[in-house]
Amino acid sequence: MSPEPRQILAPDGTRHGESSLEIPAIRRLYQAMLSARVFDRKASAMQRQGRLATYSPFEGQEACQIGSAAALSPQDWVVGSYRDGGAMWLHGYTWRNLLLGRTGDERGGRTPDGVRVLPPSITVGGHMIHAVGLGWGERLQGSDGVALTLFGDGATSEGDFHEAMNFAAVFETPTVFFCQNNGWAISMPTERQTRSETIAHKAVAYGMEGVRVDGNDLLAVYEAATAAVAKARRGDGPTLIEAITFRVGPHTTADDPGRYRSEGIVAEWRERDPLERVRRYLVAQDAWDEAWQREIEEAESRAIEDIVADAEALPAFTPREIFDGMYAEPTAQLREQRAEAERG
Amino acid sequence: MAELSYRDAVSRGIAQEMRRDPNLVFLGEDVAAAGGVFKTTVGLLDEFGPIRVRDTPISEQAILGAAAGAAMTGVPVIAEIMFSDFLAVCFDLVANEIAKLRYMTDGQVSLPIVIRTANGAGSRFGAQHSQSVENWCMMIPGLKVVAPSTPEDVIGLMAASVRDPDPVVFFEHKSLMATKATIPDGEIVDELGKARTLRAGTDITIVALALMVPRAMAAADRLAEQGISAEVIDLRTLVPLDTRTILHSVERTGRLATVEENPRLCGWGAEIASLVAHEAFWNLDAPIVRITTPHIPLPAANNLEDATIPSVDKIVDTIVSEWA
Repeated sequence: MSPEPRQILAPDGTRHGESSLEIPAIRRLYQAMLSARVFDRKASAMQRQGRLATYSPFEGQEACQIGSAAALSPQDWVVGSYRDGGAMWLHGYTWRNLLLGRTGDERGGRTPDGVRVLPPSITVGGHMIHAVGLGWGERLQGSDGVALTLFGDGATSEGDFHEAMNFAAVFETPTVFFCQNNGWAISMPTERQTRSETIAHKAVAYGMEGVRVDGNDLLAVYEAATAAVAKARRGDGPTLIEAITFRVGPHTTADDPGRYRSEGIVAEWRERDPLERVRRYLVAQDAWDEAWQREIEEAESRAIEDIVADAEALPAFTPREIFDGMYAEPTAQLREQRAEAERG
Repeated sequence: MAELSYRDAVSRGIAQEMRRDPNLVFLGEDVAAAGGVFKTTVGLLDEFGPIRVRDTPISEQAILGAAAGAAMTGVPVIAEIMFSDFLAVCFDLVANEIAKLRYMTDGQVSLPIVIRTANGAGSRFGAQHSQSVENWCMMIPGLKVVAPSTPEDVIGLMAASVRDPDPVVFFEHKSLMATKATIPDGEIVDELGKARTLRAGTDITIVALALMVPRAMAAADRLAEQGISAEVIDLRTLVPLDTRTILHSVERTGRLATVEENPRLCGWGAEIASLVAHEAFWNLDAPIVRITTPHIPLPAANNLEDATIPSVDKIVDTIVSEWA
């Protein structure tokens, strides 16, 4: 395994590899990354204004999230962590779902009909195992659906990672493990998280293919994810993809990264911004101009503002609804407790 | 009619449901080729094949995670955790994932999962393989908790658990495996949340679960010799809890004793004592009595394990000594 991450687009936008994406598709995915960034910044701002609970920004990781989810078909599943809103959204979870979730409204966890996305996992790593079961369940029903699970470098230190990887390999489940190695698990740098040469190397121990990719390169992420999804769909089992990226912002809105990492590193990574890289490539291909950029920025900002207004206009979740979500039919004890709660 | 052991009732109960629902799958450690370490799943691999009856690596988290994922795609699952003590190594899945996913999706996602597990003392397996941990699961919102005491209940409650759209933790008692009973032929389907009054009495209500049920019954015989008429209730399920049967009984007898194998603190009997103290306070003629395992890890030595778990003698002596 080469420890050098695969790259198609250099940070200056020059292409030095083959991509299966045509220019119109790249423009669509660029717009999707932009939508994700607009949402992400809006959500962070709303948290600062007291309109959302803690939020985990994904700025800097848009190529990972949009590039990986773009490789899926509607019958596939996305199971992500609290930092994977971009991938979840591209697969059909709505920004409204994500906003409601961050206000503590459980209606945020209810996906639109037919959308195969689980709510963001707040426990670190627990969801990787669900993706193994989702893939297994699809296989049992004769479907060729695949489950993509996204997680961070820190989650690979959880026992869940080991059990999920081993089980997926032994059961040959159609699961794509997509690790966004963003360098930091809150304050812990990757080199203190693992002594493996790379996270992709961990796949070897499970008899699984491990792939390392430049996570700020939309085209490289898309190719790696597409290959892994196709392999899973064929019945050739799971893949671990390690995408090297960087969380530009804090771990969550409750975190101050200035306490554990230097501004110099952040500035370095801003130079490798995943959106800017695609923009430079599109410029070189004569497929970008300022008028289009302004048009999509305005369109995405308006769309996000509309979604925020719509989510904030929703009547508040009531105690009754909490009880109704507990079981298919509430037990007698729960009915009594619901009545007690409603009496106030 | 046929005589069947509790052990064989487990495989018959699973087989009944796997025949009925061709989508139902079963996975766990050593459940297929070996037929289970307690031989509760013998014959299932032969009848249903290796896709539906699946041995797994020693990965309790992955067993339950795979069950959760498959259940969310619409595949009902029976998952075995070999010893109930091992629920502790996968409790994130039990308590934070499987129990809460319906709630966290605003009721959208169903998790038709039965987590079967061998519970309880009597086999001298010691502190990490002999515990009664039904109270661990009873305290988690979103789970249902079942613990049958007879072969017929194993089959009927297994059917009810499999057919329930919500996750059920199903405790099979290791010391009841060899017990036998004559049970009817054909399909047996029971209902969750229904306790059973096994013996009518007028002086005291004894509420018991699993292995404590036959001990409570034997104690009732002995109490009768001393002129105390005990009513014995087999709870059968802790969640949902059949509060009506308990309260109606105490309203008539005026006394309550719980017989619990779980350790004292936060054992399920405390919940029932609290319920009765609140709902039937004015019917009580005496303080509520809880007969439990002490709040200690279980010893493995024969004499110590026997001294620790509530015995027939202990039940009789405690009730008689409290009788005033």
